[in-house]
Amino acid sequence: MTSLGPSFGRGAMTNPLIDVKNSDVIMICGGNPAENHPAIARYINMCKDSGGTVISVDPRFTRTSSLSDIYSPIRPGTDIVFFGGLINYIIQNKKYQEVYMKNYTNVSWLLKPEYEFKDGHFSGWEEAKRMYNYASWGFQTGPDKKVLKDMTLQDPNCVFQRLAGHYSRYTPEVVENVCGMKKENFLKIAEVYSSTGAPEKSGCLIYAMGLTQHTIGTQNIRAFCMIQLLLGNMGMAGGGVNAMRGEANVQGSTDMGLLFHTLPGYLPSPNDKLHPNLQEFIKKSIAPDSYWVNAPKFIISMLKAWYGDSATKENNYGYDWIPKWSKPASWMHIWDNLYKNEGIKGMMIWGQNPLVSSPFADKTGKALENLEWLMQADLFETETANFWRRPHADTKNIKTEVFLLPVASMVEKDGSATNTSRWLQMRYKSVEPLYECREDSVIMHDLIHKIKDLVKADPSTPSPESILNLTWNYGGHNHSAEEVFKEINGFEVATKKQVPGFAALKDDGSTTSGCWIYSGMFPPAGNLAKRRKPEKTGLGLNPEWGWAWPVNRRILYNRAACDLEGNPWNPEKYVIKWDAGQKKWAGRDVPDFLPTKAPSDAGGTLPFIMLTGGQGRIFVPGGIVKDGPFPEHYEPIESPVANKVNPVQNNPIAVVFKSNIDKYAPLGDPKYPYICTTYRVAEHYQSGAITRKIPITVEAMPQVFAELDPELAKELNIKDGDDVELESIRGKVKAKACVTTRVQPMTINGKKYHVVGIPWNWGFVGIDPDSGKDESFAANLVTENVGDPTSLIPESKALMINLRRA
Amino acid sequence: MGNIKRRDFLKLTFAGAAAMVMDGNIAVPARASAKPFKLKDTKVSPSVCIYCGVGCGLLVYAKDGKVVNIEGDPDNPNNEGGLCAKGATSYNVYVNPLRLKKPMYRAPGSDKWEEKSWDWTISEVAKRILKTRNSTFVKEVGGVPVNRTEGLVQLGGASHDTDECYLLSKFARSLGIVYLEHQARI
Repeated sequence: MTSLGPSFGRGAMTNPLIDVKNSDVIMICGGNPAENHPAIARYINMCKDSGGTVISVDPRFTRTSSLSDIYSPIRPGTDIVFFGGLINYIIQNKKYQEVYMKNYTNVSWLLKPEYEFKDGHFSGWEEAKRMYNYASWGFQTGPDKKVLKDMTLQDPNCVFQRLAGHYSRYTPEVVENVCGMKKENFLKIAEVYSSTGAPEKSGCLIYAMGLTQHTIGTQNIRAFCMIQLLLGNMGMAGGGVNAMRGEANVQGSTDMGLLFHTLPGYLPSPNDKLHPNLQEFIKKSIAPDSYWVNAPKFIISMLKAWYGDSATKENNYGYDWIPKWSKPASWMHIWDNLYKNEGIKGMMIWGQNPLVSSPFADKTGKALENLEWLMQADLFETETANFWRRPHADTKNIKTEVFLLPVASMVEKDGSATNTSRWLQMRYKSVEPLYECREDSVIMHDLIHKIKDLVKADPSTPSPESILNLTWNYGGHNHSAEEVFKEINGFEVATKKQVPGFAALKDDGSTTSGCWIYSGMFPPAGNLAKRRKPEKTGLGLNPEWGWAWPVNRRILYNRAACDLEGNPWNPEKYVIKWDAGQKKWAGRDVPDFLPTKAPSDAGGTLPFIMLTGGQGRIFVPGGIVKDGPFPEHYEPIESPVANKVNPVQNNPIAVVFKSNIDKYAPLGDPKYPYICTTYRVAEHYQSGAITRKIPITVEAMPQVFAELDPELAKELNIKDGDDVELESIRGKVKAKACVTTRVQPMTINGKKYHVVGIPWNWGFVGIDPDSGKDESFAANLVTENVGDPTSLIPESKALMINLRRA
Repeated sequence: MGNIKRRDFLKLTFAGAAAMVMDGNIAVPARASAKPFKLKDTKVSPSVCIYCGVGCGLLVYAKDGKVVNIEGDPDNPNNEGGLCAKGATSYNVYVNPLRLKKPMYRAPGSDKWEEKSWDWTISEVAKRILKTRNSTFVKEVGGVPVNRTEGLVQLGGASHDTDECYLLSKFARSLGIVYLEHQARI
């Protein structure tokens, strides 16, 4: 998501999942939807049935690979080399969609002459600080401050020429040598995928954690975005960059700002230096010449929703009551801080199981021991709640108090979930909660009101306003999800009337909206997420099924699905088109454009309305993506080979934790000769906290296993079903050997390497046969605490291990 | 046949209602089929699967206040009735002897859980939240009001409803929590 925003303007999957059936070519890299998002496999098959081609690129031959027409293995952590090779192929063979690329992307923009990439670093590298100065990552401007462009694309400083130069190093031979992808495979994939550069064709790129969980994860997706912009696949039916989101509501949870750096609706979470007051916050949030000029309306309406009548113009609507962060507070930072005992004392966990799901489980377990107290609300006991009796734990000396709260399940409460297509769908209460289980919302209600009482009784509480002024009226123990939705949508303060959408929000305190991108889901007519009218014919956009943010738009950036005059590139699969008679954009979807702005109007051909300049970003300026304006290959932190693409081995600004427990195998360490990658299975959900309590799924997939190729098995004298031990420099995990040709040895720079795969769904609290043993079955015991500098996502997909019979 | 009739009935009900927004729970009584079967006289409520991000539709059948069956929703465009190996066992998530039943507490150094009342649990957790917040509270950094605690962490959200996520966001920030993260990061 940290690459989609900078490239297109919004950090969200661009097309609905059903839309993959409209593709001419689907390419799936670092994702296994047939296993992890099985319903999507149906639509992938529909694409094939109507003549489409499916490409799967993955270190293992997965269940998704078995659906594909073309498959190639790839060494974990080398995707940018493959994508860079594709970009090079597209440019060399002129496969780009020329009109689209010239007009809808920033290829014509002139870069500052001082921008360069040299010796493995982009310009602005400061070796002493190990940081970039981003001043040179920008554009030339004229006297009117407007960016200079060259529509002929001949200027040596235009983005197109710099792009071509940058990726000229990524030849098919380099792809073969670094990725272990045979040259003929690469050329075949390049030919088939780049065929979607024809104006009427659409290609869809699908990915999941296999691309994001790397120290270059953001740049992996950036490369995807660039390929789609060059080939003219954004905005099209059957196009897009589509992140398969792994949890039922990880889209909704991200939309609502449950990350240290964002507030609801992707407003920035205040930082003390950047946003010391409301005025600065507004200044920094407004991206000129884009829809973000409305940011003041969004933040002030959110503050009015949170603090009600207490939020006034005089007190800047309570802006100061929202906490400000000073240093990064991301997932790995939290665990590192806790492990080092640097101040964290209490933790609340709502339905998550970090001891299994977080990288480097030994560090996570030891970190939890430093808590004074832990509160966990969940359906079942989890490994995390039981960390004090994990294998080898010194239970008596673990002083942490643990509160485990039983919660109501999805059938025991009203609510909603936002799926990977950004569709908000309703859940309805079927029965009362079993046992003494309570809704999470009721638990929050009880806690916040108890805390308010305690604050009222204790005058020494610092800054009590943020707690006392918080609005919290949703029916108490008779919780009403509907009331929450009304607050999220927003209303006019004076009349309490629901606003029709975010266009009606004001920056003078006269409106509320808890999350502006959801404003419009609950207009005066009622809750649109309740709609249940499936589409019978057409593209499958289903405009009357549930509701999609923003404004029920199903395909983002759909202005780009039309040519400069507003005619669809593909009349059959059109999404919207310009109706000259009616003088408006209309069609099968809500236009992602001012509906009355004609193609001939100023800005009428600039489709990316959330970005300054309105054109998709092939080049991302100013360090918005921190490790480069173009993606560049660096080896994973643990790798068997030296970087052959440039002289710098690892991402120079990767986030690497260095506590006394963090260790990394040095380049080519013979003690850890095998490449390891992690993944999931269809039968278990994430950390297995739920599915390892269900007899059917446990019987279907009882134990953790490690996949290895027959050649390696022979070499190590391992037979299918043997107990094996995987060991990284950080820890060991036991598994059953699964000897299979699904993984193949690969040749890197002329030398043979083996890849071992292990799913991470297991732990020690379940009804599976390994639970309760005083041995370790969580794959994350071997993974590491390093991450991508922009997304701060850990590198769980590429590491080095040893393997032996246990 | 029973299945098909039930589907047709649901389609009629929902298609008619879909033209305009409805209020309240749209749960309807399932139609009794020609021959008695296990879903006779049940109340059916649409829902959404709790597993991956596809958002497959579920139909939850209840009778006498108990869930008796969960199956794929044939009208939901995401799955058109189909479910995967996990989704097909949804019933066993809710009706499962291992569900947590009461609040539980593990004391320092203890090797076991103790059952506790809700009143005790809410009161004790609220006290700890506030004590930790207040003892680690930072009001200002370099003259800028920051109003945060560096001692509290809140994790989770991707398994919750969107409306609950909004509340989790509001709840954590009102307490001054900046260590606020969830599944999206890993």
